[in-house]
Amino acid sequence: MDLSGAQLLVRLLENQGIETVAGIPGGTALPLYDALAESNRIRHVLARHEQGAGFIAQGMARVTGQVQVCIGTSGPGATNLLTAIADARLDSVPLVCITGQVASGAIGTDAFQEVDTYGLSLPITKHNYLVRDAADLPGVVTDAFRIAASGRPGPVWIDIPKDVQTARVPVCCLPEPAVADRVPPLDSDLLEAAARLIELSDRPVLYLGGGVISSGAAAAVTAFAARIGIPAAMTLMGLGAMPADHPLALGMLGMHGARFTNNILREADLLIAVGARFDDRAIGHAARFCPEASVIHIDIDPSELDKIRTATVGIVGAVKTVIEALGPRVPARRRGKWLLRVAALRETMPLLEPDGDDPASPYGLIRTVADCVGDDAVIVTDVGQHQMRVAQAYPFRRPRQWLTSGGLGTMGFGLPAAIGAALAEPGRKVVCFSGDGSLLMNIQEMATAAEEGVDVKVVLMNNQSLGLVQQQQELFYHRRVFAADFRKSPDFLTIARGFGWHAVDLDREARPRAAIGEALRRRGPVLIHCSVDAAEHVLPMVPPGAALTEMIGG
Amino acid sequence: MTSCETVTKDIDIPKATLELSVRNHPGVMSHVCGLFARRAFNVDAIACVPEGDGRQSRIWLMVSDDDRLPQMLRQVEKLEDVLAVVYHGGEHPLFTGLAEYVR
Repeated sequence: MDLSGAQLLVRLLENQGIETVAGIPGGTALPLYDALAESNRIRHVLARHEQGAGFIAQGMARVTGQVQVCIGTSGPGATNLLTAIADARLDSVPLVCITGQVASGAIGTDAFQEVDTYGLSLPITKHNYLVRDAADLPGVVTDAFRIAASGRPGPVWIDIPKDVQTARVPVCCLPEPAVADRVPPLDSDLLEAAARLIELSDRPVLYLGGGVISSGAAAAVTAFAARIGIPAAMTLMGLGAMPADHPLALGMLGMHGARFTNNILREADLLIAVGARFDDRAIGHAARFCPEASVIHIDIDPSELDKIRTATVGIVGAVKTVIEALGPRVPARRRGKWLLRVAALRETMPLLEPDGDDPASPYGLIRTVADCVGDDAVIVTDVGQHQMRVAQAYPFRRPRQWLTSGGLGTMGFGLPAAIGAALAEPGRKVVCFSGDGSLLMNIQEMATAAEEGVDVKVVLMNNQSLGLVQQQQELFYHRRVFAADFRKSPDFLTIARGFGWHAVDLDREARPRAAIGEALRRRGPVLIHCSVDAAEHVLPMVPPGAALTEMIGG
Repeated sequence: MTSCETVTKDIDIPKATLELSVRNHPGVMSHVCGLFARRAFNVDAIACVPEGDGRQSRIWLMVSDDDRLPQMLRQVEKLEDVLAVVYHGGEHPLFTGLAEYVR
C-alpha cells in the first residue's frame, strides 16, 4: 500500500480510536484536510479560532480522560493554539496537537505563515516533534499518544511540513495503538512508613488534587478516607474527588476556600497530599502552610515531590494504585476529638453565600442550576469571580463533573471547553458559568456551538467588569479601579441570538427560577444572562503571599 | 540560546557536572538548554559530542551545586529525549581541558 503522509496520519489517528477532532484548515494543513475529508471514521469540528479548537479538544479530553486531537495550520494557526496547549500542560490534560508547517525547504526562510512552531511549543508541551520524513509518522504518532497518556498526562505537539504530508510512503501495516506506559512498582518500605505516620497521627487531613481525578482514584480515595476517618480538603482541580456532601469533605482550600477549611489545615499534624502540587493559590505562603504537619506526598510525577514542600514520606506512583496498596496497611482509628474539632470549626467558620436564596444573584444562580440539572451534568467555568463562586458553592459529587482552567487561569476557556464536553458526551447537559470579560474572549465559538447544535447552556454573570481584577484593585491597590470596568457593554442577548442561540434575560424575568429551569430543559445552545454587582467581592480571600489563615472577609 | 552560553562569576558556589545521554536530533539541545533557562538555573559550561553511530549524543553541563539542583535533576530526567543522567560532584576534567582554549 502506498499512502501520502497526510493519509497515513489520518489512518494513524483512526487506528488510535480518534472519532472527533477540532481544528481550522489553512495553506500548510490542506493535504491533511484533504485526507481527513476521505475519512468516514473521524468527524472534524470546525472551530472559529484555533484557540477554540484547542479548548474544544481539552473539553473532550477532560470529560473522557482520553487523549484528544486539535489541528491548525502554520504561523497564526500555531500561535493561536499556544494558549490552549499551555493550559493543557499546566492542568495535565492529554492532547495531541497537530499543525501544518511550511515545506521543509522553506523552513528558516521567513516563508509565508512560517513560525518556529517547534521552538514556541517546546516549553509548553510534554514533548514536541518536527517531522522530517513521512516514514517517521507511525513512530512519532504512536509515541505522541503514548507520552500524552503516560504518567502525568499532558499535551504533545506534532508539526508536519507540507511536503512531508504530500510525500508518498509505502505502508504495509499500522502499528499497535499506543497505550500508557506502565508505572514502576511501589516501594513497600515507603508504603509502610506512610501507614505508620497515618496510624500515629492525631489530626490528619487529606489534601486532594487533580491527580485524584486523572488517576481515576476518586472512589478509592473516598473509601480510604471513610474507612480511616480522615477529613479531606480539595484543590480547585480536585473538586469532585469526594462528594461535596460527604461528611468528611471539607470543600476547597486556598485563596478563596472556606475559613474552616483553611483553619483545619492549619491545625493538622499530618497532611496527606494526593495528586496535588502545592500550588500557591492552594497553599498561600508555602512556609506557613500546615506549619505543624508532617507530609505524605503521593504523586505520579517524581519532580513534584519536594518541589515546594519537603515530604516526610514521598511516594511516586499512580494515585489509585498507591491508595489501594496503602489502605489495608492502615488500621482504622477513631479520632473523635479531632473530628469534633473539625465539626466545631465548620460550625463557627462556615462558607457564607450572600443572597443564596435569590436566583438572580451569583450564589443563587449556582444553587438554582445545581437544583435543576443534577449530578449527570458537566459544569464548566471561565475564569474570574464566577469561577471561584462556582468552585466554592456548587455541590460537585463525581469526578470529571467539573471542568475549569486551574493552572493557567485562561479567560475564554469556558465556552469552547463546554462545546468539547458536549461533543464527547452528548447525553449530558453541559452548563458553562461565565463572566462578560471571559465570554468575550472566545465568543466566536458560539457559531461552532450553533453549527453543531450542542446542548450547551452558558450562564452569564454580567458585571460589566473584570471582576476579580477590580476586586484586587479595590483591596490591594487603594481602591483605584483602572482598566477593569467596561464603560460600554455589548448586548449579549442580541449577540447570542445573532449566532443562532436561544437567549434568556433574567433581568427581565418576573420568575427567574422558573426561567432558569425552562432554559436548562430546552435542547441546544442557550444563553442565560443575568446582571450582577461588580462591587460584590468573592470572599473570603487570602491576599497573595499571605498564609492561608490570614483571610479577608467571609 | 540563552543561559547556556552565559558564563557567570559565581565562583563561590560549588560546581557539579551533569552527564546526559540523549537521543541525537536537532531539537535536543533546545530541550535541555531551554529547561535550565526557563527555570532560571544557570549553566556555566556545556559540551556535546555524538556517540558511536550518531544516534545518541553525550552532553556535559557544568552547573551550580545548590539546593535547587535535585529538583533540576528530576526535571531533566523527565525529558523524553534524555535517556540517562549521571551526577558528578565538582568540576569535570573535560571542562578544565576546554578552559585552555579561552586562556
